[in-house]
Formats: sequence, structure tokens, C-alpha cells
Amino acid sequence: MNLKRVAAISRKEFLQVRRDPRSLLIALFMPIMLLGLLGYGVRLDAKHVPIYVFDRDGSQDSQALLKRFQASEYFDLARVVDNYGEITAAIDAGRCKLALVVPPDFARRLRDGGGVAVQAIVDATDDNTANLAIGYASAVVGGFSQDVQLDWMRRHGLPDRSATPPLSIEFRTWYNEELESRNFIIPGVVALVMTLVGALLSSLTIAREWERGTMEQLVSTPVTAREIMVGKLIPYFLIGLIDAALCVAVGIGWFQVPFRGTVATLFVATALFLTVVLGIGFMISVAIPNQLGASVIAILVTLLPMNMLSGFAFPIDQMPAPIRAVTYLVWGRYYVTILKAVFLKGSGLRALAGPLFALVVYAAVVGTLATRAFRKTLT
Amino acid sequence: MLARIFHMLVKEFLQLRRDRYARIRLVVPPLIQMVMFGYAATFEVHSVATVVLDRDNSQESRDLVSRFTANGRFEVIAIAGDEVDLAQLVDRGRATIGIQIRCGFAAQLRKGVTAPVQLIVDGTNSNTALIALGYVNRIATAFASDYASNSVARVAPALLRVIPSVELEERPWYNPGFESRWFFVPGVIGSLMLVITVNLTAFAVVREREIGTLEQVMVSPIRPMEFILGKTLPSFLVGLVEATLITLVGTLWFRVPFRGDPLVLLLGVSLFLTCTLGMGLLISTVCKTQQQAFASSFFIMTPGFTLSGFSFPIASMPLAMQWLTYLNPLRYLLVVLRGTFLKGVGLGVLWPQMLAMAVIGATVLSVSVFRFRKSLD
Repeated sequence: MNLKRVAAISRKEFLQVRRDPRSLLIALFMPIMLLGLLGYGVRLDAKHVPIYVFDRDGSQDSQALLKRFQASEYFDLARVVDNYGEITAAIDAGRCKLALVVPPDFARRLRDGGGVAVQAIVDATDDNTANLAIGYASAVVGGFSQDVQLDWMRRHGLPDRSATPPLSIEFRTWYNEELESRNFIIPGVVALVMTLVGALLSSLTIAREWERGTMEQLVSTPVTAREIMVGKLIPYFLIGLIDAALCVAVGIGWFQVPFRGTVATLFVATALFLTVVLGIGFMISVAIPNQLGASVIAILVTLLPMNMLSGFAFPIDQMPAPIRAVTYLVWGRYYVTILKAVFLKGSGLRALAGPLFALVVYAAVVGTLATRAFRKTLT
Repeated sequence: MLARIFHMLVKEFLQLRRDRYARIRLVVPPLIQMVMFGYAATFEVHSVATVVLDRDNSQESRDLVSRFTANGRFEVIAIAGDEVDLAQLVDRGRATIGIQIRCGFAAQLRKGVTAPVQLIVDGTNSNTALIALGYVNRIATAFASDYASNSVARVAPALLRVIPSVELEERPWYNPGFESRWFFVPGVIGSLMLVITVNLTAFAVVREREIGTLEQVMVSPIRPMEFILGKTLPSFLVGLVEATLITLVGTLWFRVPFRGDPLVLLLGVSLFLTCTLGMGLLISTVCKTQQQAFASSFFIMTPGFTLSGFSFPIASMPLAMQWLTYLNPLRYLLVVLRGTFLKGVGLGVLWPQMLAMAVIGATVLSVSVFRFRKSLD
């Protein structure tokens, strides 16, 4: 490989990128847009869920229970109603997610003893929000119930020691102490941006030369297939690295995502991942000499698996076994694992040896296949 | 006029049939997306990988641990030998939750002192962690309540029957199994229609311009309005066919219920299509090459997708973003889709969404037609 020729090809590609401001705009504006959208728009934790209340008892006890819901940051008391019809209408129209119905004999039955049930009607269309809301609601009701019991025991003259709560759970949340959605989404955005920039830009490079008829000229020069490939990919590799740095800087500086690992680990992983996505994009470009077709295939092959099967947003360990098996083939999976570990856990090279090794294997295989495929189309 | 539009339609479909990549673009992505959203997209937490370190090893501690295993939501993947072991399993991501019961747990319970249980949670995926914590809370509350009644039973058995307790009775409407699939599959219809019809319309016109056939069209007797109709009607039809296809796969294969009126859905889908066709045309008036059209549609679709409520609830977004979602036609279509599929509601409930899409569609479409006619002269 002649480095001078590689540099010449790179310069030509750089000039082409510079002359196409729209592509450059995608490359530089994309990270910012994605970070803004996903950093602000993605919150899976449901706070301030609007609730309707139908208090059929209207006693001091029922009011005490409702006050607890009001005090919780997870709920906003949207409306107090006096019939079921209003609840049905509100849930149908999506105005409320959760409605509490307190039975008419709530206070009397508490006084007489025994179990009382408070109804929680929840709109389960969005199963995740519904599940979280029910979890919070049962925590509120559970706390209320425990206090009622302890109070009751005291009043019945039971020994004091049975009037302390038997159990206390000390929660210690690791890696993402505030349980911020943002902290687990933003490291993944780095992978998303690398995928987009890497695959979309490089998937058009060869197609463009074919479409414009400049490929014949390139072939007639003494430059070799591997030199063309490496030379063409270097500019995108650099753009990718700049984008990664931009993402990481905005993530840490603006969104306050903790960064506990080392830049070196991140750099190694990013360089490997970029090699893989650029190689894949290049292969698509070699296979499909048509810009539109190439970009669609690039989205299908790179972006879709990255979004769905990398663990970026949907937890892999909750997927059905066959789909989970497929995720091992998704290169994005390894990079997302590394990103999250470097950001939140501060893991180093040794702890991440497994996924890093997977990326090395991928980079080697993709690099070899891409050169071979390209050489074949040239001859 | 109708004859000319018809001829254009024939030409457009012939072109579509000849384009190999167009066929791939229209058939493969919907199927792959459908399978992925049906099977892989889930925020459900079926089994939380759990590691237990039980230092007390008493009847009480084992009772507590067995409540976790009996619950079905937790899967104890390992019994840790010591704290380092437990920490490592969580650190490597093998366990999401570590439960540590210290020596003296049972003794404290019997003495009537509050017994602490330590719970380590991997918060990396905040959503999984939150849902898991919800499950843990429910188990802990049940344990505490049972323990309290047991101790009452020991001291004053007569009172046991009347010890008060308050429970939450869950009534999940419309999706009693809390299945993510029911939430995602109707949404896929909307997101796919957005991607496919915007792209199709945008490229249809830009390609003529890039190849240089737009000049030929201009010298032919066809009027601009007829040309626009001829270019957008195929996308409209493709959109309807895609919507039908996905609805069928969703209800027949994934067993998502369809409780509403298909006509209401058809109206919603048609109104939405006027919005996306307008967006596609608008892109064509701005762009000169297919690559530009591709980049531009990407810049419209990514926010359209993220700010629609497709997978992330709008109510949890910051206010400024919530306002932006009102401009997004997909936001309204998703309400119509989930309303007709899961809730079975009709126009009485969905008219505001229909009206919003009609207004957005009319505005975008007239702006783009106006701009397009100007660019043709």
C-alpha cells in the first residue's frame, strides 16, 4: 500500500465532502439534533401522572388517603368527579391515566376492621406508563395501609414492639443513582450517530463515482483497490471521530451524564466500531451502484438493528430467546454495552475485553470482505 | 382531465414496477419492522435477574427470599457467597438486583426492631430498574403486612380477623395483560406510513427533475394540478395498501384486538396521508437531487418519529417539546390508531384529532402545491 496514493485519494474525497454542504450538514448537525431530541424527549419514568378521583365515602379517612396521592410527586390530582361516567369518558379521551375509586363504606370498614379495597382504574394502552403508575399507586396505598395497621395496634393496646414496621428496604442504586432515563439513553445516542454518519455517508461514496462515471478514471490510474478503499474511508473516519467527540462533550457538558471511564477506552471502542460501520457502508456501496437504493439498504441493514436490537432503548434480556440470539450478530450491541459501561460504570479495557474482542473480529471480517468485494467489481 | 391523470398513474406504477429497489423499499421494511416491533420492542419486565446473599439463613429470611422466587417476576440466577461476589455479579451486568440479608435478620424481627434488608439495583437501564423496584415494593409490603398479622395472631388471636388493611385493586383497561405489543403494533402503522409516503412522494418528483424529464412534462399539455395529482395518488394508494397489510398482520398474527370501526380508521389514515403527501411535495420543491431529498426527509422524519408518542410518552416531555408535538400529524394519528384498535372509540371521542390532521393536511398541501406550481412556471 502506497501511503502517498492513499493520501491523494483522501484529499479528493475531502474536497468532495466539502463541496457537498448538505452531506456535511447531516454529519455535523445530526448529532446535535439527535442529542436534543432524545436527551429531552425520552423519559420513560412517569412523573405527574394525571389522576381522577371518585371518592364515594368523603370521610376523613378517605381524604387522608387521597392527600397521600397529592403529596406524591408521581401523581397530579387532575379532577374530583362524582360518577363513573366521567371517569370512562376521561380515560377514553386520554385525559387521565389513572382513576381512584374509594368505596362508600371505606371509613366504616376501616374502623370495623378487615380488608378494604380501593379501585385503581388504569388506562393500560401504554403498558409501560400503566405498569409504573400502578407500582407507585400500590406503594402509596401500601404505606397508608401500614400506618393504619400500626395505629390500630396501638389503639388496641397491643405491645409496642408489634407497632413498629418489621421491614425496611435500603435501596442502593448503582451507576445511575437518580434513575435518569437520560443517563442510559445518551451514551446510546453516540452509537446511533456513529451508525448514521458512518453507514449513510460511506454507502454513497462508491455509488456516487459509478453514477457520475468517474469510477473508470479511478480504475485507469495505478492506484490499487485497497488504497482506494482506505483513502476514501479516512475522511469519514475523521468526521466520525469528531462527531463522537461532539456527542460525548454535549452529553457530559450539557446533559450532565456522568463519565466515569477513561477517554482511551472510549477511543479504542469508537475507532473499532467506526471501522465496522464504514466497512459495511462501503460494502453496500460496492454492491448497489445506485444512491437511493444504497441509502435504503444502509438504513435497513444498519440503523434498524441499531435502534431495535442493540439494547439502546429496549432491554435485550427481556426479549424472547430467538430474538436475543439474533442480537449477538448485531455489532451495535457490543458498542452500546461498552458505551454504557464506560459512561456509567467506569469499566476499563480489561472488564470490556469480551465486547471489544467481538468488535475486533467484526472489523477484521468486514475489512477483508469489503476489499475482496471491491476488487472483484473493479476487475 | 381524468384520462390524463389516469395515464400518469399508469406510468407511475409502471415505473415503480420496473424499479427493483423500489419494490424492496416498499415490501421488506414493513415486514422487518413489524417483526421487530412485534417481538423485540418491549418495555415489559418479565424476569429480573436477581442474586441473593442470605447471611441470616433463618426461616424468616428464607420466607422473604422465597417470596421473590414465587412472584415469577424475579429469577434468582445465583446465590452469592459474599459481598464481593454479589457486587461483581451486578457489576458485570449479570444480575439487575442484589438482595442482601444480614446476620440477625430473624432476631431483629422477633424482637420487634425494624430489620433492614439491603437491595442493590443496577440503575443503568433506569426503566427496568424502576419497574423492578415497583415489584420489590409490592413484595416487601406484603411481607410486612403478613408479618404484622402473624405477630398479632401470636399475642391476641381474637383480634386477627379484624386487623384493618387497605389494598389496591388493579383494573387495567384496554390492555389487561400489559402487553407492549398491543401498544407498539398499531403505532407501527403510523410510523411506517410516515416514512414510506413522504419518501415516495419526495423522490417521485425529484427524480424527474434530476434526470431532466420534468421539462418534458412541462411541454406536454398536462396541467400542474393534474401532474401533482398523478404524482401523489400512487403514494396515497401505496399508503392505504401498507396500512391494510400491517393491520391484517397485527390483528391476525400478533393478535392485537381491533375493537373500533374500520371506517373511522380509514378516515384517520386518509387525513394523515394528506399531511405526509404535502410534506413530500414540499421537500420536492426545495431539493434538486435525490440525495438532498433523502437528507431532508430524514430531518423531518426523525423528530416526527421521536415527538409523536410512538414509544416515549408525550406527557413526560418538557413543556416546550410538548407544544412542538401539536404540529406533528403523527401524534394525532397514533391517538386514532390506538383509540380504534384498543379502546374501540369512534368519532365522538376522536374528532379533535381528525380536525387537527385535516387542518395540518390542508395547510401543508396548499403551501406545497402553491410552491410547486411556481417552480414549474
